[in-house]
Amino acid sequence: MKNPIAGGAGGAAGVEVALPHPRTSRVQPRTRVLESERLLAALLLAPAVLLLGTFIAYPFVMGVWLSLSSTTVGTAGTFVGLKNFEKVWNDSIFREAFQNTAIYTGLATLFKLSLGMWLALLLNRHFRGKRLVRASMLLPFIVPTVLSTYAWRWMFDPTFSVLNWTLYKLGFIADKLPFLSDGVWGLGCAIVVNTWRGMPFFAITLLAGLQTINPDLHEAASLDGANAWERFWYVTWPLLKPVTLVVVVFSVIQTFSDFQLIYVLTGGGPANSTHLIATYAYQIGVATGLLGEGAAISLFMLPVLFIVVWLQLRYLRRLEGA
Amino acid sequence: MAQVLMKDLNKKYDEVHAVKDVNLHIRDKEFIVLVGPSGCGKSTTLRMVAGLEEITSGEISIGDRIVNDLPPKDRDIAMVFQNYALYPHMTVYDNMAFGLKMRKFPKPEIQKRVQDAAEILGIQELLKRKPRQLSGGQRQRVAVGRAIVRHPQVFLFDEPLSNLDAKLRVQMRVELKRLHDRLETTAIYVTHDQVEAMTLGDRVVVMRDGWIQQVGEPLELYSKPANKFVAGFIGSPAMNFADVTIADANGVVWAETPGLKVRVPPACLERLRPYKGQHITLGIRPEDLHLAGGADPSEYTFDSTVEVVEPLGSEILLDIKTGPNMMVARVDPTVRVKVHESIRLALNPERLHFFDMKTEAAI
Amino acid sequence: MVIERRWKKWVFFYIPLTLFIIGTLFPFYWMFITSIRPDAELYRSWRAVNNAPFWTLHPTLDHFQDLMAKTTFPTWLWNTFFIAVASTLISLFCGLLAGYALARLRFPLAGTLGTSIFVTYLVPPTLLFIPLADIIRNFQLGNTPWALILTYPTFLVPFCTWLLMGYFKTIPRELEECARIDGASRFGAMVRIIFPIAVPGILSAGIFAFTLSWNEFIYALVFLSSPERKTVPVGVVSELIRGDIYFWGQLMAGALLGSVPVALVYSFFVEYYVTGLTGSVKG
Repeated sequence: MKNPIAGGAGGAAGVEVALPHPRTSRVQPRTRVLESERLLAALLLAPAVLLLGTFIAYPFVMGVWLSLSSTTVGTAGTFVGLKNFEKVWNDSIFREAFQNTAIYTGLATLFKLSLGMWLALLLNRHFRGKRLVRASMLLPFIVPTVLSTYAWRWMFDPTFSVLNWTLYKLGFIADKLPFLSDGVWGLGCAIVVNTWRGMPFFAITLLAGLQTINPDLHEAASLDGANAWERFWYVTWPLLKPVTLVVVVFSVIQTFSDFQLIYVLTGGGPANSTHLIATYAYQIGVATGLLGEGAAISLFMLPVLFIVVWLQLRYLRRLEGA
Repeated sequence: MAQVLMKDLNKKYDEVHAVKDVNLHIRDKEFIVLVGPSGCGKSTTLRMVAGLEEITSGEISIGDRIVNDLPPKDRDIAMVFQNYALYPHMTVYDNMAFGLKMRKFPKPEIQKRVQDAAEILGIQELLKRKPRQLSGGQRQRVAVGRAIVRHPQVFLFDEPLSNLDAKLRVQMRVELKRLHDRLETTAIYVTHDQVEAMTLGDRVVVMRDGWIQQVGEPLELYSKPANKFVAGFIGSPAMNFADVTIADANGVVWAETPGLKVRVPPACLERLRPYKGQHITLGIRPEDLHLAGGADPSEYTFDSTVEVVEPLGSEILLDIKTGPNMMVARVDPTVRVKVHESIRLALNPERLHFFDMKTEAAI
Repeated sequence: MVIERRWKKWVFFYIPLTLFIIGTLFPFYWMFITSIRPDAELYRSWRAVNNAPFWTLHPTLDHFQDLMAKTTFPTWLWNTFFIAVASTLISLFCGLLAGYALARLRFPLAGTLGTSIFVTYLVPPTLLFIPLADIIRNFQLGNTPWALILTYPTFLVPFCTWLLMGYFKTIPRELEECARIDGASRFGAMVRIIFPIAVPGILSAGIFAFTLSWNEFIYALVFLSSPERKTVPVGVVSELIRGDIYFWGQLMAGALLGSVPVALVYSFFVEYYVTGLTGSVKG
């Protein structure tokens, strides 16, 4: 491969003899520090790594230790192996909570996705006051969940429910609906509220995705004879899939680990029938003080989160590779 | 004012060996152009001079200092980038003054230098504007202005004209050349455009795959290319190549390929002696072909078929076919030929080039 | 554009959009109307004959007055604000530096570090609150604002880093290279050239981080105990409900007032917030 250097009018070899040898310049130590890429990187990353190490990595290790110990508030525990996990797994309330979490996550995500997509498609059109509508649609997402959930709880109130009143007046029902006083209804209500709160997140991110799609594609498709549904199915949806997947992953993680909504709406009741993993972990770990057992309950979330994160990372890699 | 010296310069990334054993002496006040196809290592070389890339091995010195370990800010150089790299949050004035401010120049001095540079480049009215309010050509001027206010030892240009439209590019090319004559500062200029390289450079360095192929004055590269690559890269349209066999018939030496039989000029005989009976590459520039007339000796003419006619106004390019070989001939605009017509072409025997098949070096 | 019939536009556009608007905003309206309704009207059975729940003829500010005078609500507001601002600033600081390093600098383990920061981004607070509570106690931070100021960054720093890293990548490398040649060190080029250009990105990250920490609940619930230390969400939950009795008027007034600051910040910076939101999920 090595080609000869030809026409060597500029070759340095002949020149070197004629030149005094250049002297090496000294570099100030301070400059060296500020210019070294590695050192600078280490310096810049230190605060973040330190913080995340102390308050995520360390608690994580600690959480694993707690879950393997009999620690309670006030007493340092001893190593008990997998006993906590065993106990939790045989606990019927936990099993129900796990099932609830799965149903809650699955249904709420499905609703958020379909409604969010619908809303995104509506908002992607031109109409007067679009900016205002779009801005107000995000309100449920930015307002503290706990506070807006109280408004819902008040709307679901057994004696003073405005929803019951409306349905009754409209003649749909003869007697009040047991919104929060029944386990199944309670979980249903939680799914409704979660959908209400999380749908804007889907709508706005999907809208951003929609706006990157070249409108020419739609025109081309309609020239090819595609109707509105076909245009969505064959043009919009495939192009929107990457964004959708990422949004769904984020939403699944948040919903699966949800705490505050159930805590405010039902408190896990009636009769522990609407617990999610996180609220049950709180009840056992904080309210009852059985830290070891509580930590074990939270750790049951890990496999699911792990799978979701793994899928996400694999997907990101594939995107980068493409 | 300074010379730049590169000694056994190498750059290796994880898997790519981008710059290989580059030795180059750039003289004081010289305008040198690095040219080559993309990925040939020319930009990497420039960036190593700037200090933006670490040097894997070898040595660079600017003036009388070895700068290997010096950060860019201490090398006393200025650089103009392809995308101009104007600071979007600063006015044109602040953009030009930034380098001086960083070096703690007194304010009146900064003002004077920026004004002078603005005057040279004709951008006095733009000083208060932000970069996004400027046209491409104006941004280009500001970028150059930012470089010259510093009075650096060396100017570095990284494809500075590539983002301009064709007309503006020609205009800026002339201005850069005039500017260099006026400032008399050493300049290293990187481009992939051989026309830019030929018009701007006092000397031109042709690179390929990290190697320097040839260093020389523009016309030297054109008339005496060191190898097949340089021959094909310099000149537009590119040089025609044909694989020929060197054959000796009754004391006369011929270069032969189907459809083309050319007598080897006496001047080349000595050099081609070792290649008798072997394949080599024959090179003819399009401008060294013309329609054969009565005066042309028959051993330098051949028959061909016209495939495409490209009338460009000042000249006509003929894409012709002879045997299996496709060639381009650059002929007079008065010539009237039609597609598919058979014509007889003559070549200029003094301007034939021969290249070794294996090493591609000129013979 | 594709031409559309009028009735079609009503069925497929106006009616669904209106339903979305009503569904989205009704709870807020309900919050508002409850907070200005006198108790006598509030607690009337849903079957009462004269009940007109959607409006009131006797608006009153009693609930707001009670909230301000009889509870520590103003203190909660201040606590929430202080904690949100402090944790946002810390997170921005860490995120800016880390994001820059990951976007621009070449160093060993860059890829691994980027991935692990992304993974921590996906760790939900509810996974770690029990061991964290223990750690907070060990650090003697329990029941102080620092418990939250230091732990909120656990979910804000990954987010800010991620968002700003993406933003830095959109800034041409040549700008800082040029600055370095012009006489700035790497650090100087980052601070003087890149950070000023990244202001919109920083603002987006900041707004988003602020709303996230304003809304945070579980850490605040677990780490704080005395009433005057609490944040709005936790204060409303634990102090406005006495035993089993819900003072709905006060509760809704509190919910409204607790939402106003974030809503205000949001309304001033909608575009930045949306950028932050959509950027938060971009790969």
